[in-house]
Amino acid sequence: MQSLSELIARATSEIDAAADLAALDAVRVSLLGKKGELTARLKSLGQLAPDERAVAGQEINRAKQEVQAALNARREALEAASLETKLAADAVDVTLPGRGAGIGGFHPVTRAMLRIQKIFRNAGFGVRSGPEIEDDFHNFTALNIPENHPARAMHDTFYFPGGHLLRTHTSPVQIRSMVSEGVPIRIIAPGRVYRCDSDQTHTPMFHQVEGLVVDENVSFANLKAVLHQFVEAYFERKAELRFRPSYFPFTEPSAEVDVLWGEGKWLEILGCGMVHPNVLEAAGIDAEKYTGYAFGMGVERLAMLRYGVTDLRTFFENDVRFLRQFR
Amino acid sequence: MKIAESWLREWVNPKLDMTELAHQLTMLGHEVDGIEYEGEKLDGVVIAEVLDVRKHPDADKLSVCQVSDGSGETLEIVCGASNVVKGMKTPLAKPGVTLPNGLQLRKAKIRGIVSNGMLCSAVELDLGDESDGIMSLPADAVAGTSLAEYLQLPDAVIDVDLTPNRGDCFSVLGIARDLAALTGAPLQDHTVDAVPAEIDDVQAVELVEPAGCPRFAGRLVRGIDRQASSPLWMVERLRRAGLRAISPVVDVTNYVMLELGQPLHAYDASLLQGTIRPRLAQTGEQLTLLDGKAIELNPDTMVVTDDSGVIGIAGIMGGLSTSVTDATTDVYFEAAFWPPAFMAGRARAYGMHTDASLRFERGVDPEGQARAIERATQLLLAIAGGQAGPLVLDKADEFAPAREVIVLRRERLARLLGATVEDHEVTGILERLQLDVTATDAGWEVRAPSHRFDISVEVDLIEEVARIHGYDSIPETTLVAQSPLETVTESAIDIERVAATLIGRDYQEVVTYSFIDAAANLAFTGVESELVLSNPISSEMSVMRGSLWPGMVAAAAANAARQQDRIRFFEASRSYHGTLEDHTEILRVGGLIAGPVIAEQWGAQTSQVDFFDIKADVEAILSLATDTAGIRFVPAAHTALQPGQSAEILRDGEVVGVLGKLHPRLQRQYDLKRPVYLFELDAALALASRAPLATAVSRFPAIRRDIAVVVDDSVTADALVAAVAGSAPALIRDVRIFDIYKGDRIEAGRKSVAIGLILQETSRTLTDEDADAAMAAAVRELQDQFAAQLRD
Repeated sequence: MQSLSELIARATSEIDAAADLAALDAVRVSLLGKKGELTARLKSLGQLAPDERAVAGQEINRAKQEVQAALNARREALEAASLETKLAADAVDVTLPGRGAGIGGFHPVTRAMLRIQKIFRNAGFGVRSGPEIEDDFHNFTALNIPENHPARAMHDTFYFPGGHLLRTHTSPVQIRSMVSEGVPIRIIAPGRVYRCDSDQTHTPMFHQVEGLVVDENVSFANLKAVLHQFVEAYFERKAELRFRPSYFPFTEPSAEVDVLWGEGKWLEILGCGMVHPNVLEAAGIDAEKYTGYAFGMGVERLAMLRYGVTDLRTFFENDVRFLRQFR
Repeated sequence: MKIAESWLREWVNPKLDMTELAHQLTMLGHEVDGIEYEGEKLDGVVIAEVLDVRKHPDADKLSVCQVSDGSGETLEIVCGASNVVKGMKTPLAKPGVTLPNGLQLRKAKIRGIVSNGMLCSAVELDLGDESDGIMSLPADAVAGTSLAEYLQLPDAVIDVDLTPNRGDCFSVLGIARDLAALTGAPLQDHTVDAVPAEIDDVQAVELVEPAGCPRFAGRLVRGIDRQASSPLWMVERLRRAGLRAISPVVDVTNYVMLELGQPLHAYDASLLQGTIRPRLAQTGEQLTLLDGKAIELNPDTMVVTDDSGVIGIAGIMGGLSTSVTDATTDVYFEAAFWPPAFMAGRARAYGMHTDASLRFERGVDPEGQARAIERATQLLLAIAGGQAGPLVLDKADEFAPAREVIVLRRERLARLLGATVEDHEVTGILERLQLDVTATDAGWEVRAPSHRFDISVEVDLIEEVARIHGYDSIPETTLVAQSPLETVTESAIDIERVAATLIGRDYQEVVTYSFIDAAANLAFTGVESELVLSNPISSEMSVMRGSLWPGMVAAAAANAARQQDRIRFFEASRSYHGTLEDHTEILRVGGLIAGPVIAEQWGAQTSQVDFFDIKADVEAILSLATDTAGIRFVPAAHTALQPGQSAEILRDGEVVGVLGKLHPRLQRQYDLKRPVYLFELDAALALASRAPLATAVSRFPAIRRDIAVVVDDSVTADALVAAVAGSAPALIRDVRIFDIYKGDRIEAGRKSVAIGLILQETSRTLTDEDADAAMAAAVRELQDQFAAQLRD
């Protein structure tokens, strides 16, 4: 009869040689099955003397464990190899694009407008709106622009028969908000405005954001601070500003604000000033007790500067190849 | 307004170069739009005298000239100008000189004769936009003198963008006054000596409408030389200001207007009849203007009349009947003050904005008339001789603008500016601006000078102080203010969230015009717009839109034409409804899709969008709101949509939107190759919401049961689902239609619908018996309502 060690050696080599799980199972049966060699040896222990039986029993059990371990190891190896093969077949080309629809985007003017709103909202400004089909009173008279005032000529107004007009600026919202809410007030009013002018640098419709703060001690110094902070927040960089005296009937003192852009070039970005007492009074506010500032900015202008758009008119052509750049 | 630097510096000459000067003007509120440098490249161009002119032997249009350049030599030069004559003084560029246009001159043989240089025109020297031959310089020009020196060049022309409140700045004097106040440089306020009368003749004037004409100064000058021409320096200054020289009389009036800001009018005195009476026009009166145009006058307009009738519109333009001509030898100068209240809007009404009307509308110094007449007389006598009569100034002081005392409070100044300006600085600024200032305990009492029309209340003074003190010198101080928190409402879905949802579903936002073509509006809304602009940019932009669709479809068509086949647009903006007397603006969300459902790719079948693609997007938006149980899609005809593929969206019975397929007729009209699907929602109605109220989620398992029934084609999915859901409301959590079959195995006109029921209780696990009972109830309901046949 073969020695136990020889049996183990043969068994080990048979296990290692098993090419697949079926072959491995055949080897297991030949060793550990009901008629297996090691099983047979265990059964034959009874023929031994009791004192030999214990020693031999231990040896056979050890051999059995050894074989079992070899079987397990081989099984794991074969299973791992099989899984690997299967997974290899499942591999995909990860560079292919994902399935399904893509994503759209905001129009760049809206994108700029939303940022402007966010900046002011963060500072406690409320957002208000007003009608676009306005009356003469709110668009002009209440803003200290009486009939036949030369400043009206600057506005290129679209009129309807009978006196209504398309608002030429978002400033009427100042009046409406002060009348409905009273003061103190701290608001911005974004929206569409209209001027009867169409060329390379003018579209008959564009967007403005109006700002208005009225309280007991609001000063020009406050106005300078808020606009400087706004410009830096909007452009995400330090900015040099120039407040240049100008004239708007609804503010005094009035200023146009230029930002230093590139090589010593000043670009006008918005108009502002201290709310004229006549405007406060038109809204029923005590102009002696309250002071305020107001500003108005062109959203297209700010979007052009921020996003490097060089032709205003492209905003209204709605060419998707242009719009897709502003997701 | 254009103004020559040399002229300005004659009045105020701060130690600033041109760039700094322009910056200071801008920082004063007189924005410099541009600076044009003139005569910078005239090096080597000298004045020459033409000694002799002969015809070129081989060219009809050329002359051969003998020219002196002052050096004693005589140069032979070939010239093509027809105006060259013996004795003429004209600019000469010799070989080696480079002209402003870059042309470098060399000796050249022209038709066989060597030309030693070129006699130049104004255009060639960049001194004018047009020229009629070579420049003819006055006889006093000395040959050999540098042209630049003679013409006081180089010079800069400053283009100042004046604000409408500063009528006083529409002159050299006005700009100089402001600049002097800012820089402290002295204002060389050139006084004009009164010209003594040599004759006694006066023109009778009667102020019959003193409110409309409280000042009227006039003077006769007789016997001027008709041959005289304006001196070069005056012609040049006018040219640099953008005006063409015409005749000494006209040039003098223009010159004085530019210099002092007082518009003048000159009449041919021999054509005036009787007394001049400035008055309001009478209805129906007519006037033929200087430019030959005949107009009918409005009764709100001041006119100048004599015994013959109207001879001019006050402050706008004179009439033809009394205008100066080449034959005029007797001149009557008028310098009036027409108050802004009588000027406002008049020039606009006649469509005639003139240099005079621009100034009168904004306010001309009511004390400047006599001075302007004196200046004009002085200039005209010097140029064209003649004899001046006495200056007559008619006044109605009670109608002249009064300059009241204005109180400026120190405390108010500091509070409004957020800065302290020292008392002595405030006083200095106001005084330099020629305001009459008295210090008081609380501040100052100030009276504005007659030329300022923009100073009547305290804040006007504060602006003046701030402007001269410098906006740059005011600090930046962050406002510390109470700002109570505002409510963040859940009663409506933010339009931004709706936009973000659509963007997440691959929609691109567009911005289209609020005004559109009337026919397009009608085609898309079925309603003629009553909101029609009086002065549209074009007929395509003439009515306020009643729908976002026309703009979006046009944008889609434009993109389709640019080979963009997959289009998904939304716009969140207003539409406009009603009549002018009673109109509303409604915030809408509109969407448009066309082309493939998803962009072509390897991993999915591409199919073209249909009704249910856009419906899914609409449902997604609608589901943002809480309480959507009352939403129904109801078949409804729409003028812009294809019948059978259009629906109204009802919410609790109210129409909140529409969706459907663009009518093929419109699709064709817009040249769109693929079908287009559209939706439009009324944001306020569709997106009204409330805070959601949580209910407990069942911890017990759900059971699914499926049934298939055959019903008539006309039975809607909506009705089937409602019937099933209502059959056992306590148990049925969800009802879904998962298959619809029409075809061979079903009789014509009927369809098989497969319905899945999700059953669940919150308090216990359902039994099969529960499920069977619910199923039976559902089937019964379907049989009762729709005569449904159960399919196995």
